[in-house]
Amino acid sequence: MADSLLNESRPPVFCPGCTHERIVAALDTTFQRMDIRGTEAVIVSDIGCSGLFDTFFNTHALHGLHGRALTCAAGIKMARPELHVIVTMGDGGLGIGGAHLLAACRRNLNLTLLILNNFNFGMTGGQFSATTPEDARVGSGFLNQLEKPLDVCRVAASAGAGYVYRCSAYCQNLSAILESAIRFDGFSVVDMWGICTGRYTRNNKLTPAAIDDSLARLPAAAGVVPENERPEYGFRYRQTAARLPPVTMPGGIPICCIPPASGRNEVMILGSAGQRVLTAGELLCLAGMSAGLHVTQKNDYNITVLRGPSISDLVLSDMPVDYTGTTRPSVIIAIAQEGVDRRKAIWGQLDDTALVLAAADIELPETKARVHRLDFKKMTIKPHDRALASLAVLAGHHQILSADMLNHAIEYRFHGMMRDSALALVHTAFDFYRNE
Amino acid sequence: MAFCFMEGNEAVAWGAKAAGCRFFAGYPITPATTIYNTMLEILPPGGGICMQGEDEIASIGFCLGASMCGMKAMTATSGPGISLYSEQISFATGSEIPIVIVDVQRLGPSTGSATRGADGDIQFLRWGNSGGIPLIVLAPADVKDCYLLTFAAFNLAETCRCPVIVASNKEIGMTRENIDLSALALPEIVHRNTAPEDRPYLPFHTSGENGVPDFLPIGCHIPVRQTSSTHGPDGYITTDPEIIAATQRRLIAKVESAVEDFTCHEFMEAPQSETLILTYGVSSRSAKAAYHQLNRAGKPVSLLTLKRLWPAPENLIRSIAAPMRHIVVVEMNMGQYLREIERVLPNKRISFVGKMNGALITPDEIIEGVHRGRQLTE
Ligand code: SF4
Repeated sequence: MADSLLNESRPPVFCPGCTHERIVAALDTTFQRMDIRGTEAVIVSDIGCSGLFDTFFNTHALHGLHGRALTCAAGIKMARPELHVIVTMGDGGLGIGGAHLLAACRRNLNLTLLILNNFNFGMTGGQFSATTPEDARVGSGFLNQLEKPLDVCRVAASAGAGYVYRCSAYCQNLSAILESAIRFDGFSVVDMWGICTGRYTRNNKLTPAAIDDSLARLPAAAGVVPENERPEYGFRYRQTAARLPPVTMPGGIPICCIPPASGRNEVMILGSAGQRVLTAGELLCLAGMSAGLHVTQKNDYNITVLRGPSISDLVLSDMPVDYTGTTRPSVIIAIAQEGVDRRKAIWGQLDDTALVLAAADIELPETKARVHRLDFKKMTIKPHDRALASLAVLAGHHQILSADMLNHAIEYRFHGMMRDSALALVHTAFDFYRNE
Repeated sequence: MAFCFMEGNEAVAWGAKAAGCRFFAGYPITPATTIYNTMLEILPPGGGICMQGEDEIASIGFCLGASMCGMKAMTATSGPGISLYSEQISFATGSEIPIVIVDVQRLGPSTGSATRGADGDIQFLRWGNSGGIPLIVLAPADVKDCYLLTFAAFNLAETCRCPVIVASNKEIGMTRENIDLSALALPEIVHRNTAPEDRPYLPFHTSGENGVPDFLPIGCHIPVRQTSSTHGPDGYITTDPEIIAATQRRLIAKVESAVEDFTCHEFMEAPQSETLILTYGVSSRSAKAAYHQLNRAGKPVSLLTLKRLWPAPENLIRSIAAPMRHIVVVEMNMGQYLREIERVLPNKRISFVGKMNGALITPDEIIEGVHRGRQLTE
């Protein structure tokens, strides 16, 4: 057997009769039985009396935040899979960190969670916790009578924990149970019932025999949960990640065209969800970049992805772009009423240097801009192709975009059939514009 | 030369990777999600780790655990998530755990508007942790900054063993620009100082002058302790007022001295200008447009864009503001950093241009603010 890992200079400081002390001793025995050295284990402790655990051992230790021990433990286990990660937590930490417990059960990282369950908040004055019986007299007045205690073992098993053990902290084989939990390759929970002499038993009668009685009346939780057995999370993560192809930084689009315009040009595409407005905005920017221009694209849409207006604000400039907004657009592409309505304020500000490409079926506010109506129906352009077709018409105008630039952008952005159909669409729209 | 087309959030991810980030954990939240998406694409193939936490508290908790194991870690969120990070941020400041946190700010308060930008967290980022110990906050203005400042954030976090926050904004994070990342020169990667192996290790003992404890990772050949409790150099709880006071002083001093030689600002000086526009973040881009228009119109103004907000670069602000009669603070909120400028420049005439309605401050609004402020001075 290996040496004890107890920290001789820091003996336990629990109240006389506190069950926690037995658990400290049992855990040390387990470490010895398993021949675990102090550098091979980390104790991640929660807050409260159980949060003192890490100080009694000569192991790696992280004493973090109330209810959050499982979060840091997960990071540790992923970073150092070879470590035995033991998490200690009271019934307080269990309650406040409930979401983390559920997630840990589902995730199945190889952590060992020791729940030091003594049915109340010892350190803060014996208030009720998630496991306090309804008929207990605790430091929260009558409030615990109103809430049902949690059966953490049933919760853990139904959340996917592969190993769940419920026992009295007074049971003779506690260190053997801890050993089997630590040896389990996946998330394991040991719910140890104990006695808080400092608070709980001042007003409640609770003895080891009474604990045994209560446990006997509950469904057993005695280790491996067969239906939850599966490969460990970290193992699966590493196995899956190892098969992924390497990723390199995105490449650039070559500069090979001549821009028809100089200076700064702002473009607005006013459409609706599903019209591929953002892709058209991206294409226009790529087209600008193929002509050596500086570009920015920012988008405006509702949280619901498939409904509502979809707007792209674009700037193309021969100088680096400072302000990324569009207050004096040179071009507006208006292809859906929702988009036009969202940006009502802009129309009055346009003068006749601005070009508007507008679908024939939408109403525009009063404007001095030159309006070029596009009858998409006649052009046999479907609603989701309106944005791209408008770019083709814009290229026809040859003001800020050339056909050459647009073709390069499409070649760069799309591949295979996508590219061919985009090029064909642009071709159709461009021809239509020419023959108009 | 070839530009790629990238948004600020992607540039943050690539900047992190370039700085040696090996661990990312996040929880989906607009407008920060694309940082998580990009990290998920670029970290796992090289053996790095990218995880989705059950909430923001878990995500940053994963990162702190990994960082204590020696991995460079980053998380990213927006206002609602940064609120949930708060307790873990205090843990990281008090227990000296390096981490980079990206806050892609969105319009608040509270849930606010997920797809609208703002710089509404600027004071919260500095003071929104219990204990009030300083951390470092950098503010990018564009995609290039997202890359370079995220890289710098890692170096600072490692140097100083503290959280470094990149205060981005939806208007930067989700705005795409042409950028040639490969053309950007990066400084050397910094790693946290490792404790010598031949001496007994005290996890919070500082041997060097910078006041930063040497690091050993959890999992190394000596048991390493980390604790959120008030501790002495040995990493055990202490109640000794002198040790506690010395630690608090050290936590403040190490951050302030670490950023002393990290200058991070852009000053565009106009001869004979008596007005200084002082701004940061995406608003500095509008300010640049205003600067050019005003100077072209023969109304000289100078422009100072801060890229490190906390600790506030007080000396820099004072020296640049010294010859100015009038300071216009421009920010995308209702007046937050303004308070800091008023504190640093108590004798200056300071006016404010700000708004929080989901729209960028326009160059015209800044020009108008400059005129208004000038009239006040005259
Ligand atoms: S208060 Fe209760 S849990 Fe805490 S040490 Fe005392 S007996 Fe143990």
